[in-house]
Amino acid sequence: MSLSIRNLQKSYTEPGGHRLPILNVEAFDIATGEQVVLVGSSGGGKTTLLNVIAGITSADSGTVTIDGVNVRSLPEAARDRFRAERIGYVFQTFHLLPAFSALENVLLGMSFSGRKTDRHHAAELLDRVGLGHRLHHRPTKLSVGEQQRVAVARSLANRPSLLLADEPTANVDSANQDVILDLIRDACSENNVSLLMVTHSPDVASKFDRVEKLSDFNKPEGAA
Amino acid sequence: MTLLGIAWKSMRQRSLSSSLTALSVALGVMLMVSVLVTNAIITDTFRQKGTGFNLIVSSPGSDLATVLSCVYRIGLPGEPLPWRFYEEDILKHPYVEWAIPMTMGDSTQEGSFPIVGTTAQYFGMEYEPDKRFRIKGDLPRGPFDAIIGDRVARENGWDLGSEFSLIHGGQDDHVHDEKFKVVGILGLTGTANDKTVFVNLDGFFSMAGHDKPATEAIKRLKDFGYEVTAEQEQTLLKAAAELAHHGEEEEGHDDHAGHDHSGHFHSLPNDLKEVSFLLVRTKRPAQGIALTAQINEGVRAMATNPIRPMARFLDNFVGSIRTVLLFLTALIVIVAGVGIFVSIYNSMADRKREIAIMRALGAQRVTVMLIILGESLLLCLSGGLLGFLLGHGLVFIAAPFIEATAGILVDPFKFELLEFALLPMLLVMAIVAGVLPGLAAYRTDVASSLSD
Repeated sequence: MSLSIRNLQKSYTEPGGHRLPILNVEAFDIATGEQVVLVGSSGGGKTTLLNVIAGITSADSGTVTIDGVNVRSLPEAARDRFRAERIGYVFQTFHLLPAFSALENVLLGMSFSGRKTDRHHAAELLDRVGLGHRLHHRPTKLSVGEQQRVAVARSLANRPSLLLADEPTANVDSANQDVILDLIRDACSENNVSLLMVTHSPDVASKFDRVEKLSDFNKPEGAA
Repeated sequence: MTLLGIAWKSMRQRSLSSSLTALSVALGVMLMVSVLVTNAIITDTFRQKGTGFNLIVSSPGSDLATVLSCVYRIGLPGEPLPWRFYEEDILKHPYVEWAIPMTMGDSTQEGSFPIVGTTAQYFGMEYEPDKRFRIKGDLPRGPFDAIIGDRVARENGWDLGSEFSLIHGGQDDHVHDEKFKVVGILGLTGTANDKTVFVNLDGFFSMAGHDKPATEAIKRLKDFGYEVTAEQEQTLLKAAAELAHHGEEEEGHDDHAGHDHSGHFHSLPNDLKEVSFLLVRTKRPAQGIALTAQINEGVRAMATNPIRPMARFLDNFVGSIRTVLLFLTALIVIVAGVGIFVSIYNSMADRKREIAIMRALGAQRVTVMLIILGESLLLCLSGGLLGFLLGHGLVFIAAPFIEATAGILVDPFKFELLEFALLPMLLVMAIVAGVLPGLAAYRTDVASSLSD
């Protein structure tokens, strides 16, 4: 099992001090190499769930186990290192660093893993997403679709076992949507990477064998 | 990709702001370096490291003024001493190994370089510990022979065989008729000797106006307690009258331009001769103290240690100025440090997302903090390096101006050891300026910053 979530609870404190439950997941699993799409209403907690899985946001309780490691039990620094080494993350708004070229953005993803940065591998990844000729272009010189392709290449830089994608096609034109989706899915298939992708698009969801509706397994109103 | 590499890229993204911030550090460091180097040059120039002589004997007055005039050729000498004092009280003193007479007061017509009348013995002593004069040419043997300093030769374009005239140091500023000939050029010493013209003492005395009027000379000798017999008085008065008569004869020549005075040498009776300073070397260093006490006991003359007055002056006066200047320039550097802090701290609001992205990619809190500190470090060190180069560049550019106006020889490549202290100072400043922005990066909330 690549990802296993048990009794996960997360709530936010509102300005008045009132606690607002967001996540209450009893059990959620993704097998190694499995590709899962997650759908749900806006504000339902999809991004929070991805952030909790990635260790970016702390949960209140429960376990998040990736490749047999309970991420929540790790100290913060170890959790950061684990995220760098094992988890790839594609954001809706790409989140590329404007000061760095396409190649440097991919290399940056490698820098924090503690491994030696592999320039050749980074260039290969960019070539794989069709940007072999734009290695040294900065994000501002790339189209929106190209920027997201750089982000996909960056997410795969450290050969992760789990790829989280938060509406990766939401901000790109329809022509690029399929390209990016295929890139992500093919890359995951080729490398046996588990994929959890959030989307609002029924078209995107329809391409996946397993589609999970967040509200089906997340019951925040039932949180203690 | 190293952390400094990442910091450098971030800095480059805000190139204008980063450049201006580094420039403010550079300007502060430039001022500090120029103050340090200038101070080192002044200190080196005026701190006597010891010479062949251990006493300067002059007429009573300020010991500092005596050293400045005698050693550094700054200012005029005081009332001269009778030649008989040199011969009978100093040369014959059992403690004295040797004594070199010096007369001063005149200057060259070209370039206004100070004239020192002395003997060839001057060039045989060490001008600094273990350093002796190198002379191109010969020692002054004839009465109108001269040796010139390196800077005099360069600035006046004089070489061996060049002839020059002297301007009398009195109030009339008239040009002496006698012409001196350059027979030797001193190698560069880095001392006041470089800007001095040394003439043969005999030639100096033979020039009109350099003899003491006989009546004054007799009175001065008596003031010094010497016996002057009636016969000696008559001899002096007669000699003075002959000299005056000869002078009038020479002035009677209408065509001065076509009349060569350089070969006219009129020997002066010793009792009409005076010296500005006596450079004295005692047989043993301790005897210098005893001799000083003996000379200073009376009111006729004063013995001065050539090192102590300058050390006192440098410590009390120059040292205080240096402290004030260093304090001010340190403040400037600190203000530049505050500039770095403000620049980085203000950029933090815009960079929260950038930091959050790095954290989402797996960067630890400490890592992003180190990146910010690295940025501060790069700004400080690049600014510091630029300031170091600008500071020395400033000294390099100012060197000829300082030489021309203050007469101080400036080595444009002079390096002050205290400059090494700038590096740790800049490192500390970088850390202090970067720590708060670094902590802000450390505390960045990743999820909320990514969603902003």
